[in-house]
Formats: sequence, C-alpha cells, structure tokens
Amino acid sequence: MSGPSRMMPSGVTGRGMMLLVLAALGLVIAPFVADRYLVSVLTTVLWFAYVGQAWNVMMGFSGLLSLGHALYVGLGAYVSAALFVHFGIGPWAGMVLAMLVAVVAGCVIGFLGFRFGVKGVHFALLTIAFAEVARIGFDHITWVGGSGGFFLPVEAGASDPLNLRGSPVLFYYVALALVVGALFLSRALLHSRLGYQWLAVREEPDAAEASGVDLFRARMTAVAVSSALTALGGVFQAFYFNNLFPEQVFSMGRSIEIILPAIVGGIGTLVGPILGAFILTPLGEALTFLIEAGGLDLPGLKQLFYGAALVVIVVFRPEGVWPWLARRLGLVRQPGEGA
Amino acid sequence: MAALLEVERLSKRFRGLKAVSEVSFSVPEGRILALIGPNGAGKTTTFNLIAGVFPPDEGRVTLKGRNLTGLKPNQVCTAGIGRTFQIVKPFGQLTVEDNVVVGALARERSVEAARVQARAVLERLELADQANRPARSLTLPDRKRLEVARALATRPTLLLLDEVLAGLRPTEVDRMVEVLRDLNRREGLTILMIEHVMRAVMALSDRVVVLDHGEKIADGAPAEVVADPRVVESYLGAEALE
Repeated sequence: MSGPSRMMPSGVTGRGMMLLVLAALGLVIAPFVADRYLVSVLTTVLWFAYVGQAWNVMMGFSGLLSLGHALYVGLGAYVSAALFVHFGIGPWAGMVLAMLVAVVAGCVIGFLGFRFGVKGVHFALLTIAFAEVARIGFDHITWVGGSGGFFLPVEAGASDPLNLRGSPVLFYYVALALVVGALFLSRALLHSRLGYQWLAVREEPDAAEASGVDLFRARMTAVAVSSALTALGGVFQAFYFNNLFPEQVFSMGRSIEIILPAIVGGIGTLVGPILGAFILTPLGEALTFLIEAGGLDLPGLKQLFYGAALVVIVVFRPEGVWPWLARRLGLVRQPGEGA
Repeated sequence: MAALLEVERLSKRFRGLKAVSEVSFSVPEGRILALIGPNGAGKTTTFNLIAGVFPPDEGRVTLKGRNLTGLKPNQVCTAGIGRTFQIVKPFGQLTVEDNVVVGALARERSVEAARVQARAVLERLELADQANRPARSLTLPDRKRLEVARALATRPTLLLLDEVLAGLRPTEVDRMVEVLRDLNRREGLTILMIEHVMRAVMALSDRVVVLDHGEKIADGAPAEVVADPRVVESYLGAEALE
C-alpha cells in the first residue's frame, strides 16, 4: 500500500533501477572507451538532457509553457563569461551571479504573466518576446562583444578545473554531474510539498487554489528554479565553446532545441528529457555524418529531421517515449498495481 | 447559537446583470444549511463570492467574526473554508491519494503527515480501495466523493458543497447523505450546500435558504420553506407536479 503512490507518479521497479544503474555506469566509463568525437557528441547529449530537465520544471511540473529558455542560457553564458574575461572571476563563483541574473529575468516575466493573467500560449509568447529582446539587445552591448561575438581566452593544453579550463573529458564529466544533479533535484522537488503543489497547479489551477495553494508563489518558484538551472547550462556552454554570439545563444531555434528532448522523452517525467536527448542528438549527428559522407550539402536537413521526429512523437506517442518504454519494459510500477 | 459564517448584503453584477443582489444569511456553527433555487438563481455565484473566486461588489463575508471579503481562494481555504466544484476538478494525472494529499498540505508542512491524513479521509469517504488509481479513471460518483475528500483534507471548519449529489443514483445519494450526516454529527462539521436533490435537502439540512433571480426569497426550517407559496411557485412547482 505504501509503495507506488509514495513514488510519484509511480515507483521504479527493481529492473528499472538496475537499468538506471547500468546506464549511469556506462556513462561514467564512456570517456575511457570512446574516442574524442563520441565524447563530444555525448557531451552535447548530456547538455540537452540537462537543460531539458530544467525546462521540464516549468512545463512538466507546473504547466508553464516557456518557448524562450534560450534567454536563461544566454544570460548565464554572458554573465559568467563577462565576469571571467573582465574581472578574472572564475565560473564556480561566477555561476552564482549568472543564476541570479537569470532568476531576476525569469521573475520579471513571471510577474508580468501571472499578475496580469497572461496564460497558456500568450505566456509562451511573452517568453519568446523576452528572449528576442535579449538577442537583439546583446547585439549592441559592445562590452561583451556585441554582434561580433564574445570570446573567452583559450590556452592549448591548459588544465585548470577551478576555472573550468581543460580537456573535453573534463567537460564531459561536468555535464554528466549536471544531469545527475538535476535528476536528483527534480526527484526531490517532486516529492516535496512544493512539488505536489506544482502538479496540482498544472492539473487544475482553480482546484489547487481552493486547496490552499498560492498560485502566484507556486508558479514564481517554478520559474525561479527553472531559470537558475538553465543559466547553469549557459555557464557550461560559455566555457565549453569559448565563444558566444547573440544570434546563436539567444535564438528561437535554440529555445526549441531545448524543449524537444523533453517532448520526445516525456514531458513531466523525470527520465523523459534525458532519454529524449539520447534519442534526438545522436540521430541528428548520425544524419549529419551520413549526409557529409555522401558528399551532399543540405543545410537545414537536421532541423527538418527534428521537425519530422516531433510530428512522429506527437502523433504516435503524445505522452513521450519514456512512459511507453517504461510500461513495455516493466521499469516502473503503474498506479493501481500492488507494491 | 453563534453564527460561524455570516453573509451580509452580498451583491455581484456581471456586465450589468445582477447575479447576486443583497443576499444575507448566516450559518450557525455545527449546522447544515442548504442553498436552493432554480438554475441561474445565483447559488454558485454566492459560493464563489464566499470562496474568494471573485470579490463582491458590495457586502461582507465573515467566518467566526473574521472578515474574509476580498481574500483570494487559497487564503479563504487557509482561513477554514473547504469547497467542492459543481463541475468536478480532480487533478487527473495524480493518484486519488495524491489528490487528497494536496488538500492535506494546506495544513501540513510534511508530505508524510499529509499522506497519513489523506489516507484517513479516503477511508472515511470509502475511497481507500481506489487510492492508487489515477483520478481521471474514476467514475462520476467517485469523482464527487474525491471532491469532498480533497476539501475535507484541508481541515475546514466550514464545508461548501456545490451539488455533490447531482448525477448520482439514489443508492449513491443515500451513501453520500450518510457520510455527510456522519461528518456533521460526529465531528461537528458545519456544512453549506447547494443542492437540487430535495430528498437529500429535507433529510440533511437544518435550514434552507432559497434564491431566485439573485435575491433571497425564503429562509427558514426546511418544512416551512417548502410550504412557502413563493418557493413553490419559483422553484418547487415543477418538481412538486412531477
């Protein structure tokens, strides 16, 4: 009786736990067996898994559709990069301010949306608007390079983990740590009082409010948590790629790329965004590889592929791949089943 | 007998239309009061005014002397008023138990304590065997029970029930009436209910308030009210003839 419902939405079975542990082990040893290219692909996978999880806190847990998450990535990236380049403040300290700036931006959007009853699609438009304003605005902030780009100093062969300078393998493990951390944080949040209130707000705001939930507060905390986590992904991006262009970092396309893993894997689930990233990114990479190997030059085909993948998922597995896979393979206990 | 809930000259207009007009009544502690009237009489609007869904244009709502006018629904809940929705609003993807846990969290900080309480409430409303099913899979009678369970879990001093018996079969009505009577008698829970099922109104309520066109047209003991010519004309007439 105490089992399944305690583990919301349903408990992981022994088999599910085993698979999770195996997957984690595989990821830990991957850099020892994989080549440089594979490590870079896996790092990208993990990055999307991480920001997908961050986005999931808003949409999946609280029912708030953000189509402008590139804003938080960009703010996190630019703030940490600027602190490093201009003041020599390393990313571990810089990330605090990076997250804070993103949270402030998120709270401004949230305040406007929730105080004035901007809901659903209109709220999503508001998030797009802010990301677009940032994209255009940063084009003109010459202090961080403007539209010409902002570059972090790169020293070949440098190994300075304290400043997040080092080999691709260092970044791989940092990304892995982010994903695992976000997974545990998401799980803890879902099992907390706040998590229950988020789900209630997502399902039926009126009934949640009548049950004593402060809608404004619940939604604002969801935005704050999501934007802070996403900003951390931005810090990672700045120090991994060492260059930032407003056109890329804040782009609408980036915002959409962030939400695809969660949609494909399963919105509102803990594993969904991670699984979605492991499905989408490698397929996209493989496609690029095949096209190049075939000597073709077809820019935009990857985007076309993502679009097609989205259509397939929305039509055949609207709740995402993970809930279906978990059911089929018996990885989780379904509500209503005995413990 | 001290009044637990005091509604004074409550008025609400929607785009010029008077939905509720200077309605006053009081619910004494430990009693059951039924709010009846034809469709569109302003019953649910009155409920929403009490529950804080929107503020009244005029008038006042007090609970145990505390002014609740202008508070938001979650504040009204915390102040001690639990409510159900006429069109049920379960948290569909959550389990039945988790639905009630959300209600219990209105008073509890810890999820574990809320769960213990939720289980007791589910037991009470005969939903314990459904606890781990997703709420969206429940039948209508069970959904109605879940509405009551979730509201009860917020530990209200006053329970607002909006047509929890509508759409139930007679045996299900009897079961629910038993549960409500039991809550009232044994735990002293005060209940304000909107109800069309007159059999249940007569069986349960200590007092009946009748609304018609947003105005109160009768207020008294059930037997008196159903004999009132105005009530018969405006509301009961049709049913009395059936």
